[in-house]
Amino acid sequence: MDKNKSVKVLQGNEACVEGALLAGVRFFAGYPITPASEIAEGMAVRLPKLGGVFMQMEDEIASMAAVIGASIAGSKSMTASSGPGICLKQENIGFAAITEVPCVIVNSQRGGPSTGLPTKPSQGDVMQARWGTHGDHPMIALAPSDVNEVLHITIKAINFSEKYRTPVMLLLDEVISHMREKVNIPTREEIEIIDRKKPTVDKDNFLPFKADEDLVPPMANFGSGYRYHLTGLVHNEKGYPTSNNKEVDQLIRRLTNKVELNKKDIIIEEEYLLDDARVAIVAYGSVARAAERTVKLAREKGIKVGLLKLVTLWPFSDETINRLAGQVDLIIVPELNLGQMAREVQRAAEGKCRVIPYGRVDGELINPVEILSKIEEESK
Amino acid sequence: MNNSITQYFRKEMFPHIWCPGCGIGIILGAILRAIHSLGWEKDDIAMVSGIGCSSRITGYVDFNTMNTTHGRALPFATGIKMANPSLKVITVMGDGDCAAIGGNHFIHSARRNIDITAIIINNMIYGMTGGQYSPLTPTGKFGSTAPYGNIDQTFDLAALAASAGASYVSRSTIFDVNQATRFIKKALLKKGFSVVEIISDCPISFGRINQLRTPVQMLEWIKNITVPKKVWDKLSEEEKEGKFPTGEFLDIDIPEYTERYQETCNRIQ
Repeated sequence: MDKNKSVKVLQGNEACVEGALLAGVRFFAGYPITPASEIAEGMAVRLPKLGGVFMQMEDEIASMAAVIGASIAGSKSMTASSGPGICLKQENIGFAAITEVPCVIVNSQRGGPSTGLPTKPSQGDVMQARWGTHGDHPMIALAPSDVNEVLHITIKAINFSEKYRTPVMLLLDEVISHMREKVNIPTREEIEIIDRKKPTVDKDNFLPFKADEDLVPPMANFGSGYRYHLTGLVHNEKGYPTSNNKEVDQLIRRLTNKVELNKKDIIIEEEYLLDDARVAIVAYGSVARAAERTVKLAREKGIKVGLLKLVTLWPFSDETINRLAGQVDLIIVPELNLGQMAREVQRAAEGKCRVIPYGRVDGELINPVEILSKIEEESK
Repeated sequence: MNNSITQYFRKEMFPHIWCPGCGIGIILGAILRAIHSLGWEKDDIAMVSGIGCSSRITGYVDFNTMNTTHGRALPFATGIKMANPSLKVITVMGDGDCAAIGGNHFIHSARRNIDITAIIINNMIYGMTGGQYSPLTPTGKFGSTAPYGNIDQTFDLAALAASAGASYVSRSTIFDVNQATRFIKKALLKKGFSVVEIISDCPISFGRINQLRTPVQMLEWIKNITVPKKVWDKLSEEEKEGKFPTGEFLDIDIPEYTERYQETCNRIQ
C-alpha cells in the first residue's frame, strides 16, 4: 500500500474540513448550529496548527462578514451553518456576489422553515441557495451524495469560488453531515488547486472590476499595494458607485454571465445506466444514493431505469435534462422537499416527457423501494 | 513633504454626497490629519464602513476601502485584521449603523479587544433615510418617526464600549475639532479596540425638525449640550439631564486579540 495514501473513516462534516484545508482554506468564521457544528469544531482544532484563523463570531451575520473580510485580505475563507443561520447570512452573501469576493458557505440542510427539524435531513434549501439573497446574482451550488464525495466536492467549491470570484454554496444535509464512511484522503499533489487571478497591470492602471475575457476580474488583496474601493452599491470598473444605466446593466449581466456562460466547467453530474433507459431518475445529495439502488432493483424486475445524479445544482443542467427528456418516457425527481428541483426539471424538459416529483418532508430519508413503487405506479 | 490632507482624497469621486453644513467633512478632516501626523502609508490602511451618510467616507479616501452592509463594518474589519494583522484597520460608522443594527458587533469587538479603531459619527439621527430617530437621538427630541417626541432612552456608547472590554474610549464633538483629532490619533496608536465617538450635526434631517435649522445653530446647540468630563463628574443628576460628557473615559493597556491568537498558535504548533 502506498504510504502517502491516507484512508480514514470520517463523518461528512469532518470530510468537509479535510477537503477545505487541502484546498487551502485558512480562515473560518462560524456560529454554533446543528447539524453543522462539527465543521466549526474541526476547524477550531486544525486551523491554528496550520497558522490559519478560526473565529467563533457573535452571530451568523458577523461570521459571513468576517469570512468576506478575510478573503479580501487574501485568505481562502469558509463558513458553515444550517437553515436559520443561512437565512441570516443572506444579505452578506449578496455583498460577496456583487463585490466578487471568493468564499464558500456550507449549508448542512435540516428541516424547515424556521427552527423546523434541527436533527433531521432535508433538501428544502435548494431554491434558497439559488435565490436567497435579493436581486439578480450568480450562484454556484454543489451537493455531494456521500462522505468521500464531500471531501472532493468541498475542494471543487473552494476552487470555483476562487476561479469565478463568487460565493459558492456547498449543500450537505443532516445525514451526509453525520454519516461515517471510508474516505480516501488525497495528497496535496493529487488534487487540483485553483487560486484567484492576481492583477498583472501596474498599480496606476489597475481597474479593480475590469473583467478579462472569462468575465472575471483579477483580484488584488488588501495590503498588496493595489488600493481600491469595494462597495455593495452597483459600481463601475473603477469600483466607484454608479447609477449610469449602461454601467449598471453591464455589471449585473456580467455577474450572472460569468457563471452561466462557464456552465461546461462548473456542471458536475453523473449518468448511471441511462443509455437504454425509458425511465430516468434525477436526484442529488443523499437521495441520489437511494436512487442508484432503485435503478438496480428496477432492472432486476426488467424495468429500464437509469439515473442522472446532479452534483452541481446551480447553475442548472438544462441541456442534459432536455436531452434526457427527449430520450425517456418519464423522469421522476425524488427529493426531500415538495418538488423544488422537480420544477426546474419540468422547465428544462420543455414537455418532451412526463416529469413527476416525489417529495418527502417528514424528516425521514427516501428509500430505494418507495422510488421504485412510484415508478411502477406511474408506468402503469 | 506634502502637508495637505488632500493627498488622501480620491478627487475623481467628488463632488461628495453630503449636504451643506454637514459635520462629516469636519470629522473626515480630523481623521486624515490624525493619520497624516502619524506618517502612515496609504497601502497599510484598511478603512471599512457600513451604510449611511458617514459610511460614504470610505469611497472618498485613497486607502484600501470598503463600504459594506448596514451595521456590519466591524465584523468585516475583524476578518481583514485577522487575515492580515499588519494592516491598520479603521471603521467609520454612524450612530444608527453602530448602535442599532450593528450594536451586537460593537459589543463583541470591544469584548475581543481586537486592534481596530472605531470612529462613530454621532449626528443623533438616520440622516440618509430622512431623519428617523436613532438609539442616540436624545429623549424628547423629534424625528420623522418620532413626530410626538422620542420616548427612548439614549445609548451611552462610550460607557458601553468601556464596560464591554475596549482599551481606549473617548468622546468629542465637531465643535472642538482639535480635541477630536487628538483623540483619533491616540485611538489609532492604541493596540486594542479603540473608540472615538464624535457628536456631529445634521441641519437637514435633525435640525429642521428640532428648530435647529442652520449649521451654526446646531454647532451652538452641540456646544451647549456637551460638558467636559471633569465638570460632568461634579454635576448633580438633574444638571446632567440632556447633557453629554466629552473627554477620554478609558485608556488602558490590556492583551489584544490578534496577539493572543498568535500566542495560542505558537503554543500549539
